Amino acid sequence: MIEHILGKLDLSAIPFDEPPAMIAGGGMVVGAIAVVILITYLRKWKWLWTEWLTSVDHKKIGIMYILVALVMLLRGFADAMLMRAQQAVSVGSAHGFLPPSHYDQIFTAHGVIMIFFMAMPIMVGLMNIVVPLQIGARDVAFPFLNSVSFWLFVVGVILVMLSLIVGEFGRTGWLAYPPLSETQFSPGVGVDYYLWSLQISGIGTLLTGVNFFVTIIKMRCPGMTLMRMPIFTWTALCTNILIIIAFPILTVTLGMLALDRYLDFHFFSNSFGGNQMLYVNLIWAWGHPEVYILVLPAFGIFSEVVSTYCQKRLFGYTTMVYATACITILSFIVWLHHFFTMGAGANVNAFFGIATMVISIPTGVKIFNWLFTMYRGRVHFTAPMYWTLGFIVTFSIGGMTGVLLAVPGADFLLHNSLFLIAHFHNVIIGGVVFGYIAGITYWFPKATGIKLNEALGKASFWCWLVGFYFAFIPLYILGFMGATRRLSHYDAATGWHPYFVIALVGALIIFAGIGFMVLQIGTSILWRKKNMDTTGDPWNGRTLEWDTASPPPFYNFAHIPHVHSVEPHWDHKQALLNAEKHPARVESKRAYEPIHMPKNTGVGVMIGIFGFFLGFALIWDIWWLVIASGLAIFASVAYRSFDYDIDYYVTVEEIEKIENEISNRKRA
Amino acid sequence: MKFRFKLCVIFSLCTVLLLTGCSAIVLNPKGIVGQKENQLIIDAILLMLIVVVPVIFMTFVFAWKYRASNKKAEYAPKWHHSNAIEVFVWGIPIMIILVLATITWRTTHELDPYKPLHVPGVEPINVQVIALDWKWLFIYPEQNIASVNMVEFPVNVPVHFVLTSGDTPMNAFHIPQLGTQIYAMAGMTTHLHLIADEAGDYFGRAVNINGQGFSGMQFVARAASMSEFNAWVEKVKKNSVSLDINTFKQLSKPSENNPVTTYSSVADHLFDNLVMSFMMPGMDLDGSHNHNTASASKPE
Repeated sequence: MIEHILGKLDLSAIPFDEPPAMIAGGGMVVGAIAVVILITYLRKWKWLWTEWLTSVDHKKIGIMYILVALVMLLRGFADAMLMRAQQAVSVGSAHGFLPPSHYDQIFTAHGVIMIFFMAMPIMVGLMNIVVPLQIGARDVAFPFLNSVSFWLFVVGVILVMLSLIVGEFGRTGWLAYPPLSETQFSPGVGVDYYLWSLQISGIGTLLTGVNFFVTIIKMRCPGMTLMRMPIFTWTALCTNILIIIAFPILTVTLGMLALDRYLDFHFFSNSFGGNQMLYVNLIWAWGHPEVYILVLPAFGIFSEVVSTYCQKRLFGYTTMVYATACITILSFIVWLHHFFTMGAGANVNAFFGIATMVISIPTGVKIFNWLFTMYRGRVHFTAPMYWTLGFIVTFSIGGMTGVLLAVPGADFLLHNSLFLIAHFHNVIIGGVVFGYIAGITYWFPKATGIKLNEALGKASFWCWLVGFYFAFIPLYILGFMGATRRLSHYDAATGWHPYFVIALVGALIIFAGIGFMVLQIGTSILWRKKNMDTTGDPWNGRTLEWDTASPPPFYNFAHIPHVHSVEPHWDHKQALLNAEKHPARVESKRAYEPIHMPKNTGVGVMIGIFGFFLGFALIWDIWWLVIASGLAIFASVAYRSFDYDIDYYVTVEEIEKIENEISNRKRA
Repeated sequence: MKFRFKLCVIFSLCTVLLLTGCSAIVLNPKGIVGQKENQLIIDAILLMLIVVVPVIFMTFVFAWKYRASNKKAEYAPKWHHSNAIEVFVWGIPIMIILVLATITWRTTHELDPYKPLHVPGVEPINVQVIALDWKWLFIYPEQNIASVNMVEFPVNVPVHFVLTSGDTPMNAFHIPQLGTQIYAMAGMTTHLHLIADEAGDYFGRAVNINGQGFSGMQFVARAASMSEFNAWVEKVKKNSVSLDINTFKQLSKPSENNPVTTYSSVADHLFDNLVMSFMMPGMDLDGSHNHNTASASKPE
């Protein structure tokens, strides 16, 4: 009877025998309880519910995405520290503090969290905050869908975190190659946690892709042709195209693995006609575009940052657009370079190798364009500019090692080694993470009205940069020494030990960098009175998002802007300067009109809650709950479909009141 | 002067990086495959440094020269296009990639792991490799012997490895100092040709995560003189334990950090039957079709 009610779930699911997991899980539970108590003590539940959780405002959803992602950065980094510490001590007769069963969960969780629950949500969060503002829109095309996307992502986060204390996580590596991930070799719930957290959050990502694609195509303000879109919006458009094409592949692939595990299918099993190579091909057909889904928006951020802080128009706008489009298309024909050593013929390997190195051409062009934007500019050394300069140097090295790995003859030697690990951290940290931090710093005042502390931002940058080289140059060398990835123990005779110790030191320096980041955000918010941006345009910006207040009113723009160039805000400011010389040209103040806006809704939260129960029940085989929560999700969607009271008009009086407040703030 | 100094620093850093690499194992290859691959790595890096070094250099120079406080520097806020520069920034990377692509096409065919290595007057030696949880089984079909976690072969003789896997997760086989690695998968065979040009013990291991015993799944690759190799084969043949089907099934059970073991003879067609057994459910390792024994050999 009890197994019908609780499925596979019982007390043995809690890993009392694994102290590190219990400490981490315990800390997580205590932290969550502390937050709940704090909110209750401050009587903020109602505020939280009406202003944030049920919000369909793209700016608030964006902030929530980034907040959750930063928490997950801490979790993923804790995993990284554990790995570095284990490899620094587990040599020769010593076996460290993590047995393989636990170590394997940690590197799997680290990869999954950093890609899916740190990098992806920061990217989606920045896109949420910035894209509608840059295209002069009042929200995304489907605000409710946006809320659903966010809550499905949160379900994935909660499931991954829950696996710490109820059950286990996968021990398969972040892509869960079968047959290792099949029930035969992974009978526990670890891979199921992996599958359902990615499936549920992946649906959210796909919805985001559709949402932003439609937003960018359909909701640009008058005059904003495609070739007048800011570069960040262009990269966001290409990223969303990649999401729409690539994520269904992930859903299908993980779905097939789920069929293998749950219904004894044999898509990827050893026997009965299963083919593990099929999975490897499919997962990388998603996985390689995924890399560009992450890095393209980072390229967009660097373009905005360089142009703004050099006080100069971006060099080669058209080239940038075409380079981005080239990368978007090419990213789909290179996936085989992740497994040159699987026995494909020389012609096939050579084709995919050359296709891969062709991508470095448009990427190289982009780097040159940023350099020539600095050329004849006025470079202001702000924190985002530090991140950008650090990026150009670091990413050039990472790009070089990447092209090296694209040469099959070199990859035959370096594949599956720590050289590979060093390479992709070089481009993910040096490219994606540096870009996102630059973006967060750059747009923080736009989203919150508060400027981040510069000195702490630069301290964080130096720690990240120096820490990165200390942590990953040793890994490059270890790769040349033949050190394999994912080892929980190695022989003393290998001579690897000193390099692992240096890498640990590097990780500790990065840890200091994360500390400065947390300190920076914390103190800047705490002492916000000193750091207020009342102008709406703290960096002398160039694109539309700087045209409105910081933070923008919920309707973004009182008047929908009309655009005549690539840099409407900059040109507008230039026109005003001219107007001071020629007063006759000052625009007369236009009257406000009522604004059509979506209403907040709790349905997104409800779908999230039921989605969590669905995922949890699938993991633990609690079939009655699977059916009940599935029906509940369907009912929620149906309820929402028949709810016609979803929008309203903001009155002219309210707009006037808000706009007056904003102009008072500006004058003060 | 300042810039020249910076350039020197960058170049010396790169050299240090390469030199540290030289003492490393991969860049200390002991066979023609590994040597060619190492040369390829160095060539490709040098070729790419043609772009990477100027980019890093330009980053520092431009950032410094056009710093906001330097009012003497030219400032052209509206300047955003130049055909000459566009040709340059597309042209240089395209040229380098053209060269690298040519090298890639040539070396990918030359280093194709499936391509036999030819040494005039020398017959290659065949070794069948079976990845098991968590040890490597080597079968010598011509000599009719087998060994676990240790593969011995003569120096300067091409070795033709044919690889597969027992009923285990995906594996990969690598002897870093000899060169190329290759995946080993159940129900499939892959091929790898390697050669050692210096006698010695080289470490080899599994390089694709395959569970609990992954870290300990290592083996010794011993390149010996022809006479030493023949003596080793003779010694193994005198060994009393033979690898019959039951011994193989015993060996297939998961175990970690196995000691080196040798077998004086091997069941007929063990390797081929193992590969086929995954494609023909009900087939046993002796080639017979018996559903009862089949279910015993492959726990589901």
